[in-house]
Amino acid sequence: MKKYDAIVIGAGHNGLTTAAYLAKSGLDVLVLERNDYIGGATVSRELHPETKYSNCSYVCSLLRPEIVRDLELPKYGLQVVPYGGGVTYQRDGNYYTNYDDHDRQYREIARFSKRDANAYERYTADVLKQTRLIRPFLMRTPPDPTSFKAKDLQELAYLASKFTGLGETGMADALRFWTMSIGDFLDEYFESDIIKAHMAGGGIIGTALGVYSPGTAYVLLHHYMGDVDGSVGAWGFARGGMGAVSNALYQAFMAHGGELKTGAGVDHLIVKNNQTKGVVCENGDEYYADVVVSGLDPKRTFLDIINEEDLPEDVIKKAKNFKIRGSSGKVNIALDGLPTFNGIDPRSVKMKGDFHFIDSLERMERAYDDWKDGTWSKDPFVDLLIPTLVDPTMAPTGKHMMTVFVQYCPPKVNGEEWTDADRDAFGQTVIDQIAQYSPDFKSLIAHAEVRTPRELEKEVGLTEGNIFQGELTFDQLMFNRPFPGYAQYRGPIKGMYMCASGTHPGGGVMAAPGANAAREVLLDLKRKNVVPEGYADD
Amino acid sequence: MTKQYDAIIIGAGHNGLTCAAYLAKAGKKVVVLEARDTVGGMASTSEFAPGFKVSNGAQYATMLNTQVMRDLGISLEYAAKDLPTVVINPDGNNLRMSGDTVSGNLSDSDKAQFSEFKAHTRKFAKVLSGALKVRPPKVVEGDWHDKINLMKLGLKMRLLGTDDMRDLMRIATINLYDVLNERFDNGQLKAAMSLDGIYGNHLAPRSPNTVLNYLYRRTGDLHGFNDPALVKGGMGKVGEAFAEAAKKAGVEIRTGAKVASINVHAEVASGVTLENGDVIEAKAIVSGADPKTTFQKLVGARNIEAGFVRRIRNFRAKGNVAKLQVALKDLPKFAGVDAKDAGGRLVITGDMDYVERAFNHAKYGEYSEKPVLDINIPSVHDDSLAPAGKHVMTVLVQYAPYELRAGWDENKETFKSIVMDLIETHAPGFKDLVEHSELLTPADLEAEFGVHGGHWHHGELTLNQFLMTRPVPTATQYSTPVDNLYLASAGTHPGGGVSGLCGHNAAKQILRTKGV
Amino acid sequence: MLDLNTVREQDLIVEPTHFTERLKPYAKTNDWFNWKGYMACNTFECEGKEYAAIRSGTGVFDICPMSKYDITGPDAMEYLNRIMTRDIAKLNVDRVTYVIWCDDNGYIQDDGTLFRLSENHYRLCSYEHAMDWLMNCAEGFDVEIKDTTRDIAALAVQGPTSFGVLEAMGLEGLENLKPFGIMRVPFKSGEIMISRTGFTGDLGYELWTTPDLAGDMFDELFEAGRLRALKPMGAIALDLARIEAGFVQAGVDFLTSEHVIRTGRQRTPLELDMEWLVDFNKPLFNGRKALLKQKEEGPRYRFVKLDVEGNKPAHNSFIFNKGKQVGTVTSAAWCPTAKTNVAFAMLEWPYGRDTDNLEAEIYFQRELGWTKVMAKCKPMKGPAFDPARKRATPPSRI
Repeated sequence: MKKYDAIVIGAGHNGLTTAAYLAKSGLDVLVLERNDYIGGATVSRELHPETKYSNCSYVCSLLRPEIVRDLELPKYGLQVVPYGGGVTYQRDGNYYTNYDDHDRQYREIARFSKRDANAYERYTADVLKQTRLIRPFLMRTPPDPTSFKAKDLQELAYLASKFTGLGETGMADALRFWTMSIGDFLDEYFESDIIKAHMAGGGIIGTALGVYSPGTAYVLLHHYMGDVDGSVGAWGFARGGMGAVSNALYQAFMAHGGELKTGAGVDHLIVKNNQTKGVVCENGDEYYADVVVSGLDPKRTFLDIINEEDLPEDVIKKAKNFKIRGSSGKVNIALDGLPTFNGIDPRSVKMKGDFHFIDSLERMERAYDDWKDGTWSKDPFVDLLIPTLVDPTMAPTGKHMMTVFVQYCPPKVNGEEWTDADRDAFGQTVIDQIAQYSPDFKSLIAHAEVRTPRELEKEVGLTEGNIFQGELTFDQLMFNRPFPGYAQYRGPIKGMYMCASGTHPGGGVMAAPGANAAREVLLDLKRKNVVPEGYADD
Repeated sequence: MTKQYDAIIIGAGHNGLTCAAYLAKAGKKVVVLEARDTVGGMASTSEFAPGFKVSNGAQYATMLNTQVMRDLGISLEYAAKDLPTVVINPDGNNLRMSGDTVSGNLSDSDKAQFSEFKAHTRKFAKVLSGALKVRPPKVVEGDWHDKINLMKLGLKMRLLGTDDMRDLMRIATINLYDVLNERFDNGQLKAAMSLDGIYGNHLAPRSPNTVLNYLYRRTGDLHGFNDPALVKGGMGKVGEAFAEAAKKAGVEIRTGAKVASINVHAEVASGVTLENGDVIEAKAIVSGADPKTTFQKLVGARNIEAGFVRRIRNFRAKGNVAKLQVALKDLPKFAGVDAKDAGGRLVITGDMDYVERAFNHAKYGEYSEKPVLDINIPSVHDDSLAPAGKHVMTVLVQYAPYELRAGWDENKETFKSIVMDLIETHAPGFKDLVEHSELLTPADLEAEFGVHGGHWHHGELTLNQFLMTRPVPTATQYSTPVDNLYLASAGTHPGGGVSGLCGHNAAKQILRTKGV
Repeated sequence: MLDLNTVREQDLIVEPTHFTERLKPYAKTNDWFNWKGYMACNTFECEGKEYAAIRSGTGVFDICPMSKYDITGPDAMEYLNRIMTRDIAKLNVDRVTYVIWCDDNGYIQDDGTLFRLSENHYRLCSYEHAMDWLMNCAEGFDVEIKDTTRDIAALAVQGPTSFGVLEAMGLEGLENLKPFGIMRVPFKSGEIMISRTGFTGDLGYELWTTPDLAGDMFDELFEAGRLRALKPMGAIALDLARIEAGFVQAGVDFLTSEHVIRTGRQRTPLELDMEWLVDFNKPLFNGRKALLKQKEEGPRYRFVKLDVEGNKPAHNSFIFNKGKQVGTVTSAAWCPTAKTNVAFAMLEWPYGRDTDNLEAEIYFQRELGWTKVMAKCKPMKGPAFDPARKRATPPSRI
């Protein structure tokens, strides 16, 4: 039977990126996807006639431009359209508008506090300092700090030089930022509750932590370190939905002679003498290759598709202890018309960005308390967008699609598995919150898809429904991601690699893990590197 | 003009006294100015009811540094060492932790893991302790001392071996909740263990930084405090012993000498003015007061540069622990606690979620409706504390936020009765034994000891206020933007706990500075 | 300017100032730009003529968008003295001074003008927004700080005929007003505050009033200026005038320190040739310690004003010293009145120490043909243009 050079498990955006680069290098690559469609959580799905949902990931900023350019993704239809605007509502109906031009934003913040309007300028500069610190590491393999290998020492020295380049105080300030809670960090700049609440969202999205949990300032950074065409911190829509990202990657892969099979869930890896030989699919099909790259999360990779006897004990233990708690839900809604929001002109830019309905850090923290207690937030923090206002291809003209990301939503409800009734009640909580600010919203709902961590796990395969394939805390970042000792994309078995968000630099539609993994595979195969390295910030 | 003293130390807390003693031993002329009539600061014993004495600040000795004690020639008489920790329940189904062993109704695996975990974390504590007894390194501008300190730290980490080094780097920044869940099953065991990671801080088991605090506490193990100890006569005796050592080294100690201001001109400190108007001058002014008090009150925000004022403002120091002290007619009976443990550390914690829920209130400026209690009846071991046959109880109560939204004045009694009721459910009849009781909130601790926010550690002990960020960047290494003004309090590296290290490190650094 | 709460409903990106409606008929080229969220003109008709008005008649510039803060309270003077590098105690009532202020590292945060309106009442006009820093500095002081940007209508009236214009407008008693002085003249139902200040290096005034009187003040000013070569001027003409007069501009010649992202891009007063604005005899001001240290150790940069050979402006040029690149130009212009080709340049220390052999690398094109010249540069002692009429009291009535 045919032997491939490499098999990639899972056609998510990272799996496809790894596959595309390996194919580009001239290898014979097979991608196996369990679902009938590709993309994993980077997907556009038509679950209501003529209406597309980016039903998992829904906006784009982190996707590395080096990869977009290198794999010629625009040629394959990828177009990222920036958006701006949006509002954060207070309970009393007053709202803060998030204008994306500086002067209007200044004026808008000044309505709540003139001091905050000015402090925002200092805040932006200080956060951008931190993005400049982290961005160079996105397309690099993390060093192993316990190693004495030249490459690791060199990378450690590079890491150290980036930090010391900030100066003594700058470095100390960076250490503070990286270990602080977003709430404490914001308290150092702002006095107005709603401004803080608006800014804090990025610190908790996808995260099993509250705004007052140390470490959430880093999570904010994770949502701030991307860019749309050089505008750092900006976000955009992939035209046609997030599926456009995976489709473009798929086509790039195909153009380099790749092969992909859908409906081919992998049952387990074939391992002989601590060397991967291929995989056995759930339907019994076998495929052979000496290189097998897993795009699944670390738990599924090591606890599901590799036989226990093929793994060292410490890896099994580490995989079991890997933290991958789901904390988010999603409601995707097809609308028969554009809902009106109280006090907002439907033609206004306010409609074209993120809506939040929470006006203080305390309410956000209480939403987290619900999650800690094992239930979804009764007063959730939502990130609501109507992409059809920016990208008209998502629904028939005159109709609309709404995507509502919800924080917090637990992997289990009070320790029990989710039931359909729970799911519906969760969806209702979200819809009710929105309806408080939009009187005609409920009457316009044509279809709603409610996704809890259960659906995310069942359909996409993300354990516990964690959107980042593992939490973004320091025990699982950089050289600790997914686990110490295995952060350089190589698994414990020869020929076995990891390429997805469970590896450095982590979750979000970034494609950097996939690219970095491909680079390491090529290094081991002693082939010329075709993956862009380093970073072009100036 | 020659100054009267080489150094003025503000505050006769144990760190101030330690610093004073080291400076005096190096031949410096040192005076310690203490606002209160007694020495020791929060290492204090007070007679809160006729005949009843209690450690009204710190309750246990857990961190006293052997080297500091040896250098200063201090030896303490302990009423009891190695106090067991008993997790108490109304039904008497208790857990007992002593040293590296735990007993009670729990699995063999938990029992084994307990010993292993303590030993494991003690290895990390050893690495950490190396960094605690020297000044926090400067990385960019550092001199050879700093480079050596950094190298030593790096080397110690390497010497752990690959697996342990990796584990340390994995867990150092995260929370105890996850780390304990990886190893243990019993909820109460985990909760009781997590207490060592939250004490005095605005943290709960799920908060990152709790592992750091746990390791910080474990550094005490290296000095013989695997379990807490009770000092004979209360913690005030610790204060007295440090004061004696300082005096022996030639330090002059003035009590009832409250410093009203640190005199600063052109960002140079020249001396202090006492509340009675006396001005005392010295080459070095060393503040044993917490950073916020030092700069906001004593120096005055307007006398320093504004960026630094902002940094001090952002230093987080709001206390979370209240203290209940009770005079008892007789020894209360806690279910399942036998006579030998009656003077032990009795904790009421529930599981980690219970602690977490208690903490939720504190996040919103409320007291815990179901608080976490750490109860001790020191008179069991020390008859000098209470009239014959009677007893005194002290309880650390978490969480009691410094800024109670509803106001402490109006709510203190309600909170006190919540605590008393909770004790009553574990020791029926307890309330009938009470002769006198008082609750000290963080606001009361602030008023009593002059510590901003009534914070045990003079400021949150978290990674963003640790090492080269403690108290704030630009005032690390015990010097400050004000020339001749130094810090030696728990607000500096390494932080809180009665260890003497802040004072020790500060003295070393001051002696290294020219012109003192 | 609009009420903040009504602005919100309009989604305006730029909003009008108190004078926009009056200025619109003059804005023949419709060349508006966004100045901190307000409408301002690059040119009204022709920047050359606008510049000429500044130097031979009167140019009028709308300074409503400039950030303005009123500082009041018993500690106002001491508070400002801790912020500013100059000795504010020396600033008398009804006087104005040019100020800079630094962060703790000695890096310049911004520059501006400080008005002492009464014993305990100051007004600070700054390039950047300053509320955050001003509030940060207030801890420990009994002061009140109010952002008055929207509450004041102000015009700069600059040029050799400006005194004549204002006199013709009926504003009496101006002849004795010295440079950097303030006086108040009744006007309609209220008053106009006049300061002899400006950003053009020529005779000139700034008029300050309440929004309700803005229209009348504008109308009477322009009526009085009809026969005295008065024109509204745009930002381009003003920029040329300020370079000729040797004034640096925040955001162009230096960055405001709290908004710098890249390590090392901030500048200290010593590096900007502004040591004369720093009073080291004051016991305390933000940045004092750092600046003293830098004075001892030497600066990293040296800011020079250069007289560049030839007539091609050295925009964005690199500066070379004997073939080695030592710096860059921050502002440049051919100055028509002084007939000088001026460039402000930031030189790296220590290469900038020797300024005898500096050359600017200038690129220019004529009909798509690009030429590079290496133009010799001489450091200038003072501003390119510094007329006696600027200081004359009483000023010329023409």
